[in-house]
Amino acid sequence: MELSVINDDHVEILLSDLLEKYGYDFTGYSRASLKRRIIRLYSLDRAVSFAEFRYKINNDNLYFKRFVEQITVNVTEMFRDPVFFKTLRDVVLPKLGTYPFIRIWLAGCSTGEEAYSISIILKELNLLHKSLIYATDLNPIVLEKAAQGMFGMNSMKQYSENYILSGGLKDFSSYYTANYSLAKFDEDLKSKIIFSTHNLVSDYSFNEFQLILCRNVLIYFDRELQQKVLNLFDESLEELGYLALGTKETINFSGISDKYKRLDSEKIWRKIQ
Amino acid sequence: MIKKCEAFIIGGSAGSLDVLLKVLPLVNVAIKFPIVIVIHRKHGADSLLPELLSTRTKLKVKEVDEKEPLIAGTIYIAPSDYHLLIEQDRSFSLDYSEKINYSRPAIDATFQTAAEVYKDTLVCLLLSGSNADGVNGLKSVKLWGGTTLIQDPNSAQVAYMPAQAQANVKIDHVLSIEDIAEFINLLP
Repeated sequence: MELSVINDDHVEILLSDLLEKYGYDFTGYSRASLKRRIIRLYSLDRAVSFAEFRYKINNDNLYFKRFVEQITVNVTEMFRDPVFFKTLRDVVLPKLGTYPFIRIWLAGCSTGEEAYSISIILKELNLLHKSLIYATDLNPIVLEKAAQGMFGMNSMKQYSENYILSGGLKDFSSYYTANYSLAKFDEDLKSKIIFSTHNLVSDYSFNEFQLILCRNVLIYFDRELQQKVLNLFDESLEELGYLALGTKETINFSGISDKYKRLDSEKIWRKIQ
Repeated sequence: MIKKCEAFIIGGSAGSLDVLLKVLPLVNVAIKFPIVIVIHRKHGADSLLPELLSTRTKLKVKEVDEKEPLIAGTIYIAPSDYHLLIEQDRSFSLDYSEKINYSRPAIDATFQTAAEVYKDTLVCLLLSGSNADGVNGLKSVKLWGGTTLIQDPNSAQVAYMPAQAQANVKIDHVLSIEDIAEFINLLP
């Protein structure tokens, strides 16, 4: 990685540009990751100077969208951490299945792999018909991809293994149709997913949910922003609802932790008051 | 000449665990800096590595929690399947972006971010391994004035990684397994 092309001051300049010009607030993001992403894009797109790079972000709307897509991490998988999804299948969703209607918020859904994973489990538990998954991301480009429901065939072996480890009993390939290098997932899996933009930094609560999942998003935020987002989740979660975070994320340091009880082994907390 | 060490980071891959198991028992408990270990390993639900290493030293050994500050006298282990980054305020952050050199955690990511933070007070050691992860990281360490160390490729189970570093980066010291602990203990 080139070290001199983008320095810490450059990063701050770009962040204040994004905020002033586009209203995107990345100032609560952890800088080390952000800076690496910016440097990566800078060299990927062969920018000739910081001034030119900055000018393009500020004046070329398409490039601005690419910038936002590229500086946020959109790496995701179906049934990532199979044991987590097994807990959803065996414990959380059956509990919610006793409700007349299940509202789920998947915050920071990226290209949608987890939304389809949850949809598959709901379908197998015969709960999909009475569920609604709100899958949100700040980034419209990834949401377009998510809505297509097409993922690389080369990932299917891994996803199939994850699916089986997560307690799936069917033939995973029965959920998609192979189309050259892409696996197109069945339309009915998508029928209960609403893909929509929502920025955790600046947007408000928009509904009450029984389950909120936000995995490997908080790691990119500083403590202050983490606290703010956890408050947003708390406002958006019904009593006895569940909050699920990534393997290395926690609510322990936050002001909401007293109201929550953790499920034994997983990063899932139940709102008890 | 190292004036002061404020962080010591060890990267390794295939064949590096044995080295750590030999070296850690010999590391002085009075060290005045944190030790960070980034080892390639398979992604598992829970890792036994911190537990295993803590049986070999009286120093505190723990898997990194995100946003945790680096404290002297503690040995930190990078969690599996995340890149481990170091922030300007000398705390850890985690990142689940693409693998680098087929690896997550990538040694490069930790070395590079630490290099900018600790500059000439950073010492990085690259151990045995079968890919070139860590080499670019050592370049950054050098660029920012830090100290670069490798395990002697002749003593490595898999020589490729330290040998690649030697071929591509100015290495300050080449250490045999026996010399590593002593080197750490003598750091100011």
